[in-house]
Amino acid sequence: MATKHSRAAARLMISPAVLLLLGWMIVPLAMTLYFSFLRYNLLMPGMEEWTGLTNYEFFVTDPAFFTALLNTLLLVGGVLLITVIGGTLLALLLDQPMFGQGIVRILVIAPFFVMPTVSALVWKNMFLNPVNGLFAHIAGFMGLPAYDFLGQAPLASIIGIVAWQWLPFATLILLTAFQSLDQEQLEAAEMDGASALSRFWYIMLPHLARAITVVILIQTIFLLSIFAEILVTTNGGPGVASTNLTYLIYVQSLLQFDVGGGSAGGVIAIILANIVAIFLMRMIGKNLEA
Amino acid sequence: MARAITNRRKTINTAVAWAIGIAIFFPILWIFILSFKTEGNAIATPLKMFFSGWTLESYGLVMERSNYFRFFMNSVILAVGSTLLGLIIAVPAAWSMAFVPSKHTKNILMWMLSTKMLPPVGVLVPLVLLFNKLGLTDTHFGLVVVLTLINLPIIVWMLYTYFKEIPGEILEAARMDGAGLKEEVLYVLTPMAIPGMASTVLLNIILAWNEAFWTLNLTTTAAAPLTQFIASYSSPEGLFYAKLSAASIMAIAPILIMGWFSQKQLVRGLTFGAVK
Repeated sequence: MATKHSRAAARLMISPAVLLLLGWMIVPLAMTLYFSFLRYNLLMPGMEEWTGLTNYEFFVTDPAFFTALLNTLLLVGGVLLITVIGGTLLALLLDQPMFGQGIVRILVIAPFFVMPTVSALVWKNMFLNPVNGLFAHIAGFMGLPAYDFLGQAPLASIIGIVAWQWLPFATLILLTAFQSLDQEQLEAAEMDGASALSRFWYIMLPHLARAITVVILIQTIFLLSIFAEILVTTNGGPGVASTNLTYLIYVQSLLQFDVGGGSAGGVIAIILANIVAIFLMRMIGKNLEA
Repeated sequence: MARAITNRRKTINTAVAWAIGIAIFFPILWIFILSFKTEGNAIATPLKMFFSGWTLESYGLVMERSNYFRFFMNSVILAVGSTLLGLIIAVPAAWSMAFVPSKHTKNILMWMLSTKMLPPVGVLVPLVLLFNKLGLTDTHFGLVVVLTLINLPIIVWMLYTYFKEIPGEILEAARMDGAGLKEEVLYVLTPMAIPGMASTVLLNIILAWNEAFWTLNLTTTAAAPLTQFIASYSSPEGLFYAKLSAASIMAIAPILIMGWFSQKQLVRGLTFGAVK
């Protein structure tokens, strides 16, 4: 029953948000795209010139690019694997009747609220440090040699830290999904003699499918952009052993002042993120209709 | 008999869940303990550390040495400022989409969401250059604008899903009772919208407080929030465990407490209403 008048008012009310987001998207994107075709180094001001696809060529053929791409995939994949499987099991457990459920939930969710620089530094110094870290103390207590986690297995260590931060998120969302499960259906299956495993496999898991998809897609968006955790733990090293795409572009553009090369990397990162985004948008779009 | 089994299972569940919960929470608990130790005791073996005396010394040192308060205030300004600015822009938009939907509403919502998919590093270079050129680097204003823009889609979406749940019939009823537009908005819609708006505010303060890509890259000192403050501990000072712990606890405590109150809203906000 919206009148013409109210429609005009509605358009007026939406426009600030739309215009701002439009500007936010288009202006920097256009600039990134433009820079990516220039030879543009901040150390050589005034020397900018059009170079076509040279920046892309250099970026893609740089061995660091392949490593960074692989690291990005391992980081995203590793964290997803841990958080989705761990989160499902943990949510299943937390959904059972127990004493002090609320408090356990509070304990489990806590890491999600810890700012990335804090969790990375705390893990780096208090736990993974080969001299004074808690793990080194425990190893010493058991008579084992200390292990230099961030030196020997930098990427795996970062995967561990990030998984610790995101496990609560997966758990919380999957727990919410578990709680909307039809209890009568489960009871009926139990009466018909379905084992706990088959109840999980045939009733719970299909019910969770949607929530799991949402967890995977949303985490992927955030995990592709992991930055602070790498910056404060390993600085991408040793070498480029723990450099992901985001960090590589940061190094190239802000530490090496290569605006053109960094921008070409940025465009590649945007293309990769868009591939993931298309799936996520479909999922959420479907939900909007329902 | 059946009851006995349930009770036993409940006890086992409780034990396992508590063990896992404490294990996950342990790093936070550990720095909480460390923050009350002297620097010397903090690097002693764990047992010796645990049974050594307790002190507030580290908190005092962090406060006086590193302008902790300024970083804290910057975090408050950036988180609250960007959330309020976002709210001012998003409330009218979400309101009109929820109450006067058109055939474009869904597309606009999806498009807004899509801006969130833009990887920040993709626009890092132009933003750093623009900020330098416009003198916005390390200013509250510049950071508030960026944080507002990155969280705006989430704010609009959350508000939209909350406003959608306000039944339209209630407005008709109010109109029948002789309420004008002013009364309608003031006495009918606003009270019903406030809980949803409160949740949105809470979640966005959390997100803005912990945002660590733009705050690390676009601030140095003047507008630098706690993310930057903690990052400054990354080299030499990181070895001062007690101080790092105290600083960390102070940086995360406010958000941890807010976060615990907003668990439910978190699910809804971060999944854009896909999981409720």
